[in-house]
Amino acid sequence: MSAFFEALQQKFGAQIQSISAEREEEIYVLFGDPDIRALAEYLRSAVEARLVTVFAEDRRSAEGVFFNYYVFERKGDTRYLIVRAPVRADHPEFPSLSAELPAVNWQEREIQDWFGLKADGHPNPRRVALHDNWPDVHPLCKDFPLETVLPPFEGERHIYRPALGEGVFQVPVGPVHAGTIEPGHFNFAVAGEPILYLQLRMFYTHKGTEKLFEKLPIPKAVFLAESISGDSSFSHGTAFCQAVERAAQMEVPLRALVMRTILLELERICNHVADIGAIATDVGFVVANAHASRLKEMLVSLNEQLTGNRLLRGMVCVGGVRRGWDIVQLASLRAAVDAFASEFQDLVALIDSSESTRDRLEQTGVLRPEKAKDLGVVGVAGRASGMDLDVRRDHPYAAYGRYSFRVPVYQVGDVIHRMQVRVDEVNESLGILRSAADDSLHGDFRAQVPPIPADRCALSAVEGWRGEIIHWIRTGPANHLERCKIKDPSLNNWPALVEAVQGNIIADFPVINKSFNLSYSGTDR
Amino acid sequence: MFKIIQKTIATGIVTTKYPGEPAQISERFRGRPSFDFEKWKDARDAAEVCPTGAIFVCDEGDSRRVTVDYGLCVFCGLCAEASADQAVRITQEFELASADRRNLILTAEYSLNTDRTHRELRAVHRRLGDVEADVESVGQKAREKIQKLLRRSLAIREVDAGSCNGCELEIVALNNPVYDLERFGIQFVASPRHADMLLVTGPVTRNMELALLKTYQAMPEPKVVVAVGACGISGGIFGKNYASLGGVDNVMPVDVYIPGCPPRPQALLHGILLAVGRLREKLFPERHGS
Repeated sequence: MSAFFEALQQKFGAQIQSISAEREEEIYVLFGDPDIRALAEYLRSAVEARLVTVFAEDRRSAEGVFFNYYVFERKGDTRYLIVRAPVRADHPEFPSLSAELPAVNWQEREIQDWFGLKADGHPNPRRVALHDNWPDVHPLCKDFPLETVLPPFEGERHIYRPALGEGVFQVPVGPVHAGTIEPGHFNFAVAGEPILYLQLRMFYTHKGTEKLFEKLPIPKAVFLAESISGDSSFSHGTAFCQAVERAAQMEVPLRALVMRTILLELERICNHVADIGAIATDVGFVVANAHASRLKEMLVSLNEQLTGNRLLRGMVCVGGVRRGWDIVQLASLRAAVDAFASEFQDLVALIDSSESTRDRLEQTGVLRPEKAKDLGVVGVAGRASGMDLDVRRDHPYAAYGRYSFRVPVYQVGDVIHRMQVRVDEVNESLGILRSAADDSLHGDFRAQVPPIPADRCALSAVEGWRGEIIHWIRTGPANHLERCKIKDPSLNNWPALVEAVQGNIIADFPVINKSFNLSYSGTDR
Repeated sequence: MFKIIQKTIATGIVTTKYPGEPAQISERFRGRPSFDFEKWKDARDAAEVCPTGAIFVCDEGDSRRVTVDYGLCVFCGLCAEASADQAVRITQEFELASADRRNLILTAEYSLNTDRTHRELRAVHRRLGDVEADVESVGQKAREKIQKLLRRSLAIREVDAGSCNGCELEIVALNNPVYDLERFGIQFVASPRHADMLLVTGPVTRNMELALLKTYQAMPEPKVVVAVGACGISGGIFGKNYASLGGVDNVMPVDVYIPGCPPRPQALLHGILLAVGRLREKLFPERHGS
């Protein structure tokens, strides 16, 4: 055991009941106490660990308690450190970390809503996942059946913080928006044009996904994973399959890993090019979007050629992928990558040449690096604001260890830099695609899945196009899951949007929002 | 400016000719699974693997009723892989939209052998105009009808009532230069008060129910409602649970259902154009004898 764990043992030995490595990538620390504040503070300040996610599990029937899980990672270490802390059923409270680590604000409140465990000392303990008008239920508790029919909601509606002061007024927007996008409510307090603050109300698309994972047999649950967030179908599907493969302790053939890498990168550039076009549209440069959406269509057609589905659905499976590629498909992959690369350079040049577009994007919607760090912002939005994180590099999965690529990081954190991260990443992805298309694409593409033992836990992370996707599972008997925790990168990034819009004019909100382009369904599940 | 024009000219016209001509799609595309009920020796394998229960088997004594619901199908292709007798085949048909939910459902009745495999096909219940009807000719007829109908404009209000965003991606794609919905005089509008059609995606969540109903109520008459995708039609993989009310027709009357997960842009276009006909019937009931 490394010096790090010895130090941990020495400092917190009294509370640490065990340290075990289920796999190379995951170290579980069983803590004896629900209060992990001192440990979290030590990890944050002494080893600069980042708290990746916090979630809970109802283990009352097996172990008589609930458990909270705190997942940490630190620079230069490919392992995740998972602290497991019990919360007593007869005293359902745990000390909140949100005041020191605003990144877990929503996640701790989710634990309150889903499990009825109180985050003691939380600065804003209101409901977040269940809307205020819901009855007093905790859907992820094991004694709450998935099919429960709740009576019509008669609880009180959400009360927004009032906008006070002369000339200050509120602009409520949503949940049904002007465009064809997902639902959520934005409540702006504005003084004339500038936005004073923004209050978000999410979880309109909450459809019981995590609970539903506990009911479906694993092979069918793959399709549910693909429906967590439509634009990240393949990333979420892969994250889920990876978690199951780790729990089953099985090897996935190299060919499947290379194919997954290719499809993950195709999903990335598909969404990045669409976002680049959408950002241009939101400042009035519609021609650029026409080209961008045409380029996206090129890739979507390639997706269909490679997987039979335009969103890459129905391809990934536990053990690998469902179909191999023949020479014709590989040729169309190479041809499409080349055609796309040249068109993409034209698109970027077109946007670069428009002074007025650049003018609208520079210094708009700034998210400062220190705010990004506090809020634990990940992915594209994080990298534009100094967060040097990328699961592909930090915790290699699929075949990423075989290819070299650069992770673009900027400090400015405005809209144009969030766009620039996307441009850089598309170029890096094209490099990965070219290497992978010439890599080992023969042999088996799917391994036989052994019987999956019950009570195995596994964590899986994927760098989706938006950022870090985490799936954590506990297997149950008969090819089912006891628990499946999903963390979409959007969850951490929504509060960052609130920071980024402050002081901007309300007319710039659409482009700022677009530059983050967060998933509502991934957040709400 | 010169660069922009140069690029536009160099790009040329990219718009698809669909629905005037059949769609050009990849031969790998997974469309409607087609069932050879005569040949099918055992439906249990396909029903077992179907992720949404779109293939459902109900045995009673020595007879079996097999139900296939395209309104639940996510077009994964597992049924074809699971059926050893090759009675299930994946086709490239995507023009599956229907004004009647029941047209998306097929049922077949079998007598059984002692090992629970099919002995004899007793009956297949088809409806006039169901998805099993000759898709080619129906598609052609719909295209002709649509060409005639499209001498007016249509305003669509889209509402995501809880979808995963997959359907939205394809709906947004309708506005790209390839599908270019505006060439039919069809446009998406910001306010329901300007809309003729409500295009709804997703299982309707408990949290979106009120917003969806308010949007519907804000629309002027006559109006049509189109349910998009497996989730919009039936709740799809999410079904009904504590947070989901299932398909759109559990909340409001639906005029047209468009199967898919998500429906490809051409399938959406086909369904929207079908709904234009429904709107016309509502506008001029005397011409349509209802």
